Amino acid sequence: MSDVRLLADPFDPARELAAFTAARPEAGGVVSFLGQVRAGGGVEALELQHYGPLTLPAMQDLAGRVRGRWDLDGLLVIHRSGVMMPGDPIVLVAAAARHRRDAFAAADFAMDHLKSESWFWKREKADGEWRWIEPRDQDFEDIARWG
Amino acid sequence: MAINLVFLGRLEDAAGGGSRTIPLVPSIDAVLDGLEPGLASALRGPRVKLAVNGILLQDKDAPVLKDGDEIAFLPPVSGG
Repeated sequence: MSDVRLLADPFDPARELAAFTAARPEAGGVVSFLGQVRAGGGVEALELQHYGPLTLPAMQDLAGRVRGRWDLDGLLVIHRSGVMMPGDPIVLVAAAARHRRDAFAAADFAMDHLKSESWFWKREKADGEWRWIEPRDQDFEDIARWG
Repeated sequence: MAINLVFLGRLEDAAGGGSRTIPLVPSIDAVLDGLEPGLASALRGPRVKLAVNGILLQDKDAPVLKDGDEIAFLPPVSGG
């Protein structure tokens, strides 16, 4: 089973990863990715907006595609919405598998698709002003790798 | 008899708010024709997708709107 969550409040990635790993002793390896709010560039805060009817259902659909493509013992996807400060966790993806290459690839695929296809809109606050962030070309190139 | 409009991302700024309720009209074209020209133009942008009651519209879809429908205007995503 996949554990897919959209959270409005802060979470503790170390605790989530420890619980996920402890529940899957049969997995030979766990690969995880943690995205956090980057400090610097004058950014005071970041906000991720979501749309209830689409965002979580699409994350669950993505998890299903990942499970269909790789042989996993477990998949964890946690994504924040709302206002975050530099250093706050945004997203945690973990894939548990018998063999490490499946776990690496599954986590990489899940992150590329979360970044470029998920229903989130991002804005940053700098000098007291909020500004919407447009998608990056790099994100489209990343997703194109998977065909 | 009303429908709810939801504006995501930068479209929220163009609309001056994240949502608004308008009187029921039969089509999405009629919705757009009833809005301020600047906002309608932003919503008609080529990269703006639409969802009605949480279902994404395909290019040629022209649904008949009903009382209580929710139309979401979705600009390109920028997540994670």
